[in-house]
Amino acid sequence: MKALILIALVFCAVPAAAQRRVIPPSDIKSGFEFLGPDLKKLQQDDFANPGTLWVDRGEKLWRAAAGGDGKSCADCHGDARTSMKGVAVSYPKIDERTGKLMSLEARILQSRVERQKAPPLARESEDLLALSAYITSLSRGLPMEANIDGPARRNFELGEAFFFRRRGQLNLACMHCHDANWGRTLFEERISQGHPNAWPAYRLDWQTMGSLERRLRACLSGVRAEILPYGSPEYTDLALYLSWRARGLPIESPGVRR
Amino acid sequence: MSARIQLPAEARRGEIIEVRVLIQHPMETGYRFNDSGTPIPRNVIHTILCAYNGTEVLRAEISSGIAANPYLQFFMVAESSGELLLTWIDDEGVRGTERQSLIVRE
Repeated sequence: MKALILIALVFCAVPAAAQRRVIPPSDIKSGFEFLGPDLKKLQQDDFANPGTLWVDRGEKLWRAAAGGDGKSCADCHGDARTSMKGVAVSYPKIDERTGKLMSLEARILQSRVERQKAPPLARESEDLLALSAYITSLSRGLPMEANIDGPARRNFELGEAFFFRRRGQLNLACMHCHDANWGRTLFEERISQGHPNAWPAYRLDWQTMGSLERRLRACLSGVRAEILPYGSPEYTDLALYLSWRARGLPIESPGVRR
Repeated sequence: MSARIQLPAEARRGEIIEVRVLIQHPMETGYRFNDSGTPIPRNVIHTILCAYNGTEVLRAEISSGIAANPYLQFFMVAESSGELLLTWIDDEGVRGTERQSLIVRE
């Protein structure tokens, strides 16, 4: 009888485990590996990579005064090349004061409104993308290391649940492409593992720079699911899960993606 | 909108040098619609000019077939030290410029 129960338990446990199958650490590959040679070359070329135009703009904005007090980012944070180096590797991150999980973009907006007393920048505006691309680019080459302990645990679990939940008219979860079928061909493209280490990135489909959030919206649209509004906590929770899943991969931003 | 030019820092007289140009521009084709269904007016760069010490070295007439943030690459012969002036003009009449200097040694 005991053996029967054990067998029953084993059979119950297998489908659940299969569903949560994660990519073994030795197989973790950046989206870069799924690009053709032309785009690989474009991303690595600091002159021709169009994303670097936003990085340059971000560098100028960092030193530009804004808002009521006429303060710039540099007035508080100094030289970004030292103060912001390595900062992007651990985003999204819990904001200690509000206890909320924040993406880098949300953090920039918070600083801008509360410290600089400036009007908020619109999501996906050139200036916000420029600042986040600049700050993220200062961590280029450093491994991603999301912190999922303590208060972030809850967000992590929500993000993980989002990743494995089927949605949309196509009834697909993130895992169906990016865990179970990466490396295979969908239409004319190879499916990547869905890591966020190149974002903000220049996406050829958009002909412009975009945030990770915009990319996630494109995925939701791809499976014909409801597209959540910008700033929805679901995106940040999912981004935390993705960052944890990509831990160890070097930051590539500004990446170039299809 | 910004642009950048890449030239070698120095060249020998008579050397063939590579010039690379990247211009930030949306190259709006005029075929797209915004979220409320109204057409987005066409705004593309139609002319790109490069002059070296006042002499035209490249003139390109481009249109909506060129992707956003146009990238150009061409070659010229380094004859004397000077400055490359890049000018571009788009459908809205906006004219942008960027300069880069080159030192030519004997």
